[in-house]
Amino acid sequence: MRNMWQGASTNWLNVSKDGATINEGDDVSMKVKKLLASLTISCLIIGLLSACNSSGTGGGASSGSGGGDLTVIKIASQSPLSGGSAIQGESIKLGGQMALEERQAEFKELGFDLQFVPYDDQGDQKKGVANSELIGADQAVLAVLGHLNSGVSIPSSVVYEKYNIPMVSPASTATDFTDRKLKIANRIVARDDFQGPAGAEYAVNTVGASNIFVIQDKTAYGQGLAEAFRSAAEELGATISGYEGITIGEKDFNGVLNQVLSKKPDFIFFGGMYAEAGLIVKQAREKGIKVPIMGGDALDSSGMIDIAGDKVLDVAYSSVSTDITKSNQAWADKYKEKFGKTVENYSAYGYDSMNIILDGVKKAIEEGEGKLPSREMVRDTIRATSDFDGIATKVSFDDKGDNEFAKVFIYKFQTATYPGTLVSEIEQPK
Amino acid sequence: MDIILQTLPQVLVDGLTLGAVYAVVAIGYTMVYGILEFINFAHGEIFMTGAFVGTAVLLTMSSAGVLGGLPNGVTYFLILVTAMLFTGVLGIGIERVAYRPLRKAPKLISLISAIGVSFLLQDIVRFIADIRTGNFVVTGISLYGGNVKLGISSWWGGFDDAFLKTNTIIVVVVAVALMIGLDFFVNKTKWGTAMRAVAQDRETASLMSINVNKMIALTFFIGSALGGGTGVLFAQQYGTIDPYIGFILGMKAFTAAVLGGIGNIRGAMFGGLFIGVLEMFSSANLSIITGGVLGGEYKDVVAFLILIAVLIFKPEGLFGKAVKEKV
Repeated sequence: MRNMWQGASTNWLNVSKDGATINEGDDVSMKVKKLLASLTISCLIIGLLSACNSSGTGGGASSGSGGGDLTVIKIASQSPLSGGSAIQGESIKLGGQMALEERQAEFKELGFDLQFVPYDDQGDQKKGVANSELIGADQAVLAVLGHLNSGVSIPSSVVYEKYNIPMVSPASTATDFTDRKLKIANRIVARDDFQGPAGAEYAVNTVGASNIFVIQDKTAYGQGLAEAFRSAAEELGATISGYEGITIGEKDFNGVLNQVLSKKPDFIFFGGMYAEAGLIVKQAREKGIKVPIMGGDALDSSGMIDIAGDKVLDVAYSSVSTDITKSNQAWADKYKEKFGKTVENYSAYGYDSMNIILDGVKKAIEEGEGKLPSREMVRDTIRATSDFDGIATKVSFDDKGDNEFAKVFIYKFQTATYPGTLVSEIEQPK
Repeated sequence: MDIILQTLPQVLVDGLTLGAVYAVVAIGYTMVYGILEFINFAHGEIFMTGAFVGTAVLLTMSSAGVLGGLPNGVTYFLILVTAMLFTGVLGIGIERVAYRPLRKAPKLISLISAIGVSFLLQDIVRFIADIRTGNFVVTGISLYGGNVKLGISSWWGGFDDAFLKTNTIIVVVVAVALMIGLDFFVNKTKWGTAMRAVAQDRETASLMSINVNKMIALTFFIGSALGGGTGVLFAQQYGTIDPYIGFILGMKAFTAAVLGGIGNIRGAMFGGLFIGVLEMFSSANLSIITGGVLGGEYKDVVAFLILIAVLIFKPEGLFGKAVKEKV
């Protein structure tokens, strides 16, 4: 702030110097105008600075001494609220918000003001890491719900580890997310190295595929999933007739599909997001490729129907999430009533993750005899979660932060409506 | 080898479609370069804006219920013309605001200005699409979603049949019509002659009572309208658009323009078609040719390697020689 003042005053000095060299009475109005302008600018800058400052100290104060009697506890969420995966990202945020709002009263009794701070990571690792730094700097944040994409979860988790902020991901499936044995990284869904094999089991044993073409999108998620699928399918005795990469953001996948045409596979597996998957399905069907197409949990979105329309028939996807509208209709109705949006499967996982976080926070508060727990305490109580019974899944974290009860569900679009029909359920080997 | 031949008809069909899109967008780059000697990097975003304007008009018509009453052809024509007019005027506006004040400045400054405009357009479109639909990835309505099967296998047994969307035919026909129309306009009409004169020597042209500013604005109008119209074709062909489609496509169209010899309109047309077919061919066959070492994801590497090779041996581009006397 002092710097700004100096900048402004030297400016002002310059102006008066200029004015002095001009004959008095000559361009007085110009002089006044210049002076006014520099004054206005410095006022603006000071105003901005003080505004920033006051909001900063305000936040700090309420977390430190508490606005009134309640101490603020913030739980952040990070998921893509804009971009290609915005539908899923928002459902995580809303699920978490719902759980948190339901339990605000409970925490009020303990003397804490529970607050929800959603961040938009845009499905972009740079943005995710930048947000993580912001979250880490806010001392009132005790835990993070998120992220959706493994590619964002992994780099962001490094930042959370630095600040000891525990995270519970309702959707990140990449093996590396927990395999680095970070103390803060937890997930309630199955791992990729299981999702891939589960998909392969479905393709080879249920569908009876013997000649499989694999396409992946060259991201941590897509490639990880595709590779896990490929090796599992080879073990089960299927031939992999092609393994190709595509570029995210492109709209024309005819090239790779022409290669599919020439290889004549009886099954296509795609590791990638629904934006590309929808186009691939559409363009494949337009070319007369009628074989079943399968993808990972990223295809678990109504976006598939938007993009591929009625061409989506006979597309299967493995998903780490259950169909909540089937298993818990009452909850789905409540969600719809609250937000006016159809429930997505990840809504329930966002909801469960948030409840695990809040249980952990509560336990930490109890252990600390009612005092504001440290981030380290919350980190350890969350990792110690066992036999949590959520609306979507049962959860016990192992020493790496993987959920011992995680399952993979196979869905298939039998009509052009979302979600598809649950056709198979495969439990993760212990 | 057999496999490559088998899919060749399909590869050619897809490649020429994509190439036609590249070619028309490349014309926009090349025209502006020809007349101002600077690269309008915002052109890819004008293409994207055209795609969004066309889709927006289509969706508005559909929600207003007028869509059912009109034949598809008329609707198609309407959205195409609306998008072309919109982007054409947008192009003039960009030139007036972002480039004309900098015309005397070093070329690098206008280039930065162009990059700024391109970010601005991306974010404006993203903002509006986000507000209107809640998601900036927009899926429009396909007017011609049907499929046509080309019975090529009956010509020669080594070929497989090719499938194409009805829309593919429209894309190619409209793109070719636009290119022929432009070629005629530039080479045979009085205004085209004036444009070429300005491109050749701006000062001398102004001495011959040619209104240089008007000609530059006209160039921007035509180039941008072509880009915007192609955007509509693209949106119809692939169904889904987002505010970032202009970047990759713009890069490739620019490459096509350079390959054909920047500043040369016919060169840009050829370059576009060439890059399109090459991209499709390498994407389909690269792993077969290299025995699985390089996958189809390296298709762009192939295209750019060829570009580098051409530029090393013929720095003015394939059709570059003609530049001095023609445009």
